Amino acid sequence: MIFHSIFFYFFSIIAIFSSLMVITSRSTINSVFFLILDFISVSCLFIMVGAEFLGMILLIVYVGAVAVLFLFVVMMLNVAEQKQSWFIGQKTTHLPTGLIVSLLILLELLVVVGGWKYKEDFMSSSTLVLSEVSNTHQLGLVMYTDYILFFQIAGIILLLSMIGAILLTFRERTGVKKQSYFRQISRNPKSAVELIDVESNKGVKIDD
Amino acid sequence: MIEYLQILGFEVYKILFLLIPILVSVAMIVWLDRRVWGLVQKRRGPNVVGPFGLFQTLADALKYIFKEIIIPASANKVVFILAPIVTMTLALVAWAVIPMSEEFVLSDINVGVLYLFAVSSLGVYGIIMGGWASNSKYPFLGAIRSAAQMVSYEVSIGIIIINVLLCVGSLNLKDIVLAQQDLWYVIPLFPMFVIFFISALAETNRPPFDLPEAEAELVAGYQTEYSGMMYAMFWLGEYANILLMCAMGSILFLGGWLPLIDIYPLNLVPAPIWMVLKILFLFFLFALIKAIVPRYRYDQLMRLGWKIFLPFSLIYLVLTASFLFYFEKLPKGNF
Repeated sequence: MIFHSIFFYFFSIIAIFSSLMVITSRSTINSVFFLILDFISVSCLFIMVGAEFLGMILLIVYVGAVAVLFLFVVMMLNVAEQKQSWFIGQKTTHLPTGLIVSLLILLELLVVVGGWKYKEDFMSSSTLVLSEVSNTHQLGLVMYTDYILFFQIAGIILLLSMIGAILLTFRERTGVKKQSYFRQISRNPKSAVELIDVESNKGVKIDD
Repeated sequence: MIEYLQILGFEVYKILFLLIPILVSVAMIVWLDRRVWGLVQKRRGPNVVGPFGLFQTLADALKYIFKEIIIPASANKVVFILAPIVTMTLALVAWAVIPMSEEFVLSDINVGVLYLFAVSSLGVYGIIMGGWASNSKYPFLGAIRSAAQMVSYEVSIGIIIINVLLCVGSLNLKDIVLAQQDLWYVIPLFPMFVIFFISALAETNRPPFDLPEAEAELVAGYQTEYSGMMYAMFWLGEYANILLMCAMGSILFLGGWLPLIDIYPLNLVPAPIWMVLKILFLFFLFALIKAIVPRYRYDQLMRLGWKIFLPFSLIYLVLTASFLFYFEKLPKGNF
């Protein structure tokens, strides 16, 4: 048991330290790397409490896909090291906005945790059976029975936002040469190759 | 305390017992790869050092160890050094869940498939970090290509894995193999096997999808600035990843350690040998394809991933699910 708590403190210290580093580090790239470290240690914590499915999904979705795109964007923007700290100097400081957002998040957390704490039948209101069933099965049993509607709605919202993002960035360019695979494959030598007698000093006009 | 240390010591022993064979076999498959490549092109390939040139990779590794490690002056030093270490570590860490036989597995976890998928999707970090930290044009272009490529093909690999999981009803790699006792999934899911194989080629940056390190355009892609031992670590990590993909293919589709047919002389062969044979067979296909197929263009690669593999595997997923549902063959699971 003592080793269990040693591991717990090990991962949680790394998680807290790296999440602090995310917001204090000067270089944006380092911030993203610390964010990744944070995700990984949090997923280790998930695995330690037995929520192995959540831990792995966190790794796959956040570290494997979302953070890669973050890194991608940060590297492409080529953001140099930030000269000024966020908190001191500078006419436009981000402090008020940051404070408002973090206050909102704190309030939301309070509401969620409070609701969980004070509504007594919260845990037993679902068909969740805590037994030897693996937690992947348990999640599936809850998600596809009691919460199927919310699950589907969340999926549809994600799909809509994806389509919206594509629509926003889509622009039709003219004069771009595109390869039509169908035309390419269905070409035959008779229509594709032409034999022309070229007169000397005249040349041929080829249109394509 | 002492009891704990004993357990720890035993675990370290088991890990070494798994890792050392893997490292040796990585060296051997590099030789096999070059040899097959040579024979397809009517060359001999490496055949000088040791019997049949088997020690060629060891000689190469020795050479890399004694070469100087050059770190570019403008590179981000920490990330630059970290990149090959990350690649190598992630390639080896994934082997913890690969079952070589029913007993011979380091950690038999419930979410084995997800673990494999997670670790293989982390593999992209080594490449991005290396490419960015080099602070040079070609490595950066290579890294960007590779990131886009690996993220795209992961999607179709994920859906293919779901296809298999639907038939098994468990995320445990052992259960997946044991579910194939009657019929290997390569037969009912043959199109998925083909797509998995091609996606694995793209995921490990192998030809014909080796755009991140296309010699003709990008010198050596993300590895351009690396030398000596650090280059060797990239190289070893890459081959360990290829072996891992082959192992994954043989577990998901070729019945893992199960013998070809369960009859008298064949089921005498120990289970790990069947597993190794299947991995080698898949790797042989990898090597053949490197030799016979020309490189894809980048837009063709993306088109193949997103417009062909993704819709096709989705449709096949619906087909599999409907088939299992209609014939009431859905796995009941252990609950």
